[in-house]
Order: sequence, then structure tokens, then C-alpha cells
Amino acid sequence: MTHEAVERGIVAAPSPGRDAPARPVPFRGGGFRPRPLPFVPPLVFFVLLAGWELGSRYGIISNIALPAPSQAVAAFLDLVRTGMLWTHLGASLHRLVIGWTLGTALGIAVGLSIGLFSLARAGLMPLVSAIFPVPKIALLPLFVVWFGIGEGSKVATILFGTFFPTVIATVGGVDNVDRNLIRMGQSFGLTWLSIVRKIIIPGALPAILSGFRISISIAIVLLVAAEMIGAQYGIGAYILMAGSLFATDQLIAGVAILSVLGLAIAWAIGRAERYFLNWRV
Amino acid sequence: MRLTVENVGHRYGATEVLRDISLSIGEGEIVCVVGPSGCGKSTLLRFIGGLEQPQHGRVLVTGEPPPGSLNPLTYIFQDFALLPWRTVEGNVSLVLEDHGLRTDRARQIIDQVLARTKLSDFRKAWPRQLSGGMKQRVAIARALAVRPAVMLMDEPLSSLDSQTRELLIDDLVELWTRERFSACYVTHNLAEAVRLGHKILVLSRRPGQVREVVEIEIPLSERAERTLELERLQRRVWLSMREEARQAEMELSDDA
Repeated sequence: MTHEAVERGIVAAPSPGRDAPARPVPFRGGGFRPRPLPFVPPLVFFVLLAGWELGSRYGIISNIALPAPSQAVAAFLDLVRTGMLWTHLGASLHRLVIGWTLGTALGIAVGLSIGLFSLARAGLMPLVSAIFPVPKIALLPLFVVWFGIGEGSKVATILFGTFFPTVIATVGGVDNVDRNLIRMGQSFGLTWLSIVRKIIIPGALPAILSGFRISISIAIVLLVAAEMIGAQYGIGAYILMAGSLFATDQLIAGVAILSVLGLAIAWAIGRAERYFLNWRV
Repeated sequence: MRLTVENVGHRYGATEVLRDISLSIGEGEIVCVVGPSGCGKSTLLRFIGGLEQPQHGRVLVTGEPPPGSLNPLTYIFQDFALLPWRTVEGNVSLVLEDHGLRTDRARQIIDQVLARTKLSDFRKAWPRQLSGGMKQRVAIARALAVRPAVMLMDEPLSSLDSQTRELLIDDLVELWTRERFSACYVTHNLAEAVRLGHKILVLSRRPGQVREVVEIEIPLSERAERTLELERLQRRVWLSMREEARQAEMELSDDA
């Protein structure tokens, strides 16, 4: 019996429920689809901070172990008032911007040449693979010897730390560009440079931008680590100093600054992705 | 401009994919290449357009391409090969930019080819917003923009649903009636082949060899009406390749 036949009424559909009661088909779909709950994130923060604050005030949380949030805020306001916030933040951002920019620029350049030229791939890829897993912080003493205890060694640490993940992300992006698109470019007689500029680089851009997310968080880790070894100013130096004085309120304030810094950069990368990858959904 | 394929043969490693293929594509002629899957149809097309080189034999061009042709041998791909980061007009403009056509002249050509493929209202759309049929029309517009002498079509309708395919066949027939382009049309769909081909080249299973050449006299514009005759032709082509297709079906393949 076909559907059409039933619809046209040629064949009578058997009436339900003469001998057995009709019941709805049990629903088994749904779920597995996260939905946005905009009021939850601020609520979690609020409850956490309020609990922490109350715990500190009533002595449940020892002030030596963890200062109250209000104390950390006071330490932060102190930083703002004395103007030291800008000194520390300025020194840190300076190192971060120079190190990360140079590291990613070199990383993209080397990644593209590995992706495009067999000689570069054969020559450089084993080197990159060998150095990539080394924690760059282990090389910091060496950088101090090479570039001095000043800015040079700190920038170099960040540069090296961001260079390798960028290379890996860029090579992966170039390798994943749809070969059919390249063949299309060749079949229309596009020049080599046009194929690279208009097909390969835009095709690798999503991978490069998601590499940015990884390299920037590595850069922040290395920044703090480098500043903990012989720096006068910088968020890392501030945290280290606070720690050695057991000024835990300042320490928490410093950590919060790092968290906000990371969030701000992630937001900026999100904007960049939306701008450059507006052709995606 | 005429294209001649002379005794082309090729092997990938130990697998021989094509053996001793000869064919010619005359001016304004559509040659359809059909054959069981894996018989080297698409490889043959890549040889014809110079994207790959055969180990034996050669592909020759005689005569000059029509004046103003920017890219005499132009492909239309099964997967459309549109750049997802360019809009409809950006995708057409891509193939003009390297010819120093960026300004008014390029704009004119783009307007014209989008109008001819009924895409004028969609020039700012992204490929992801388009249906399969529309994407292939963009690819056809892009091909027309470089004024090809021969269109090399690699299963252009195979990833479309059957209704869209019907519509695009009508579009292609209309286009051919106006432009009289020549084409090599690779397909596994015999109905498409008998609707569009002046000549149908039937290949055997791997290694692909020419099994039969079927010439169809019925003018393209009349074929939509004369279904009975086409049915008979299609049946004849099918019978000549049926056993091959059955055996090709049973083969293990190493290349995906």
C-alpha cells in the first residue's frame, strides 16, 4: 500500500484503536545541543566572589592563605593611584608586542616557505620539529648569555616561543588548502604569485589565526616567566615581588591583570577572525 | 580551433589507467566521454587541458583560438572550485585580474557573463549562500569570462540533484545554441551524454580504451522533444558498456 493511495483515500487506512489503544510515539530526539544561557556566567562569578568575600570576613578562609577580593581590589587601586600600574603594564605590553609580532611574522614567513618549497620543507621541517617541543623557558639562561639580562633576552624568549607554533600552524594551513582550488587556478593560467596570494594564503588564514590563539597564550606564559628572572618592572616582576613579601593581595591583583589581559587579547583575535573570515558562516 | 588526442596512454605506478586513446574535438562540437568508474575519464581530461602530461602519445591543437580568448582551454569542475572567500563577482574577477583586466573592461565582462548565466542579482553573494546549481552557474560564468575555445567539463552536473541537473542541461543547450562552443564533456551519466553530445566516446574499464564511438545526428535543440530516439541511443550505449561496468564494479581500488 503506497502513501499516495492512502492519501487519496483509495485504500482505507486501518482505523486505530479498535482492539489496542492508540498512544503517541515516544520522543527520543533532542539534546546534545548547547543553548546559550546568558545569565549564568555573571552569576557564577558573583556567587564565587561573594562566597570568597564572606568566607574571608568571617574567618573561614585564613587571610594568610588567601586575601579577600576586596583587599585585592584595594591593592589594584593602590597600583592605579601610584601610577605603577602603567609602568608595569607598559613594560610587559612592550615586550609582549615586540616578541609576539616578530615571532609570528617570522613564523608565518618560514611556515609559508616550508609549505611552498620542497627544499625549505626538507631542510627546515626536521629542525622545527626538533626544537618545537623544547620548553623555551629552559633556553632563557642561554638567551641571557646571548642577549643580556635586559630586554633582549625577554623578547627573544617570547619570540622563540611564538615562532614555532606559528610555523606549525601555517604549514598545516597551507597543506590543507584544497588542491582542487590550486588546480583551478592553474587551469585558468593564474601566475604562481597570484595562486599564492589569492588562493593559498586566504585558504591557510583560518589555521594561521587559530595558531594566533595558541601563540598568544604561550607568549603570556613566557612573558611572566622571563620577567620573574631579573626584571625591574612588568606584571611578572610585580607578582614575584608580591610573592616574596607575602603580599598575597598584590599577588591576586597581578594574576587578575594577567587574566584580563588574556581575555582582551582573545577578544581582539575573535574580532580579527570575524573581520578576515567573514566569508565563513 | 581543433583538439586532437593521439594514442595517449598512461600508468600510475603499476596501474595502467589509459591505453592508446585517440579522439578529436572539432569546432563547435561537444564530445562526451563515458565509461565505468575508474576508467581514467578524468585523467584524460586533465591531459587534454595540460594539467597533467601523458606518458605516451600527445595532445595537439590546430588553428588559432578565437580573437580575444584569454584562456583557450577552460575547465568546469565537478566540485565547482569556487573560492569561498570571494563573492560571486570576485570569483569571476579572479580569472581576469592576471590579464590586467581590473577596471571598466573587467566590470563589463563580469556584468555580461553574470547576465548570461542569470546571476546578476547574486553578484555580492558568498558561495556558501548558493545552492549547488547556482554554484555551477557561477563556475560556468567564470569559464565564459575568459572566452574559451574549448570547454573541458569534468562531470559538471554529477554533484547536483536530478531536477537541478535537468535545468542546467537546458541552460547548457541554450548556451551552446548561442555560442557554439566546443567541449569535451566527461560524465558517467548516459542520459546527459545523449542529450549534449554530438559524439559519444565509450571507454572500457581500466585500462581505459576506446570501445565505441557513437555519433548522434539529432540537433541539440530538438533533443528535449525526441525522447524516444534518445532512449534508444542511451540503451545502445548502455548495452555496449554494461558488462564492463559490472566488472569494474567488482574491482578493488587502491586510489580513493
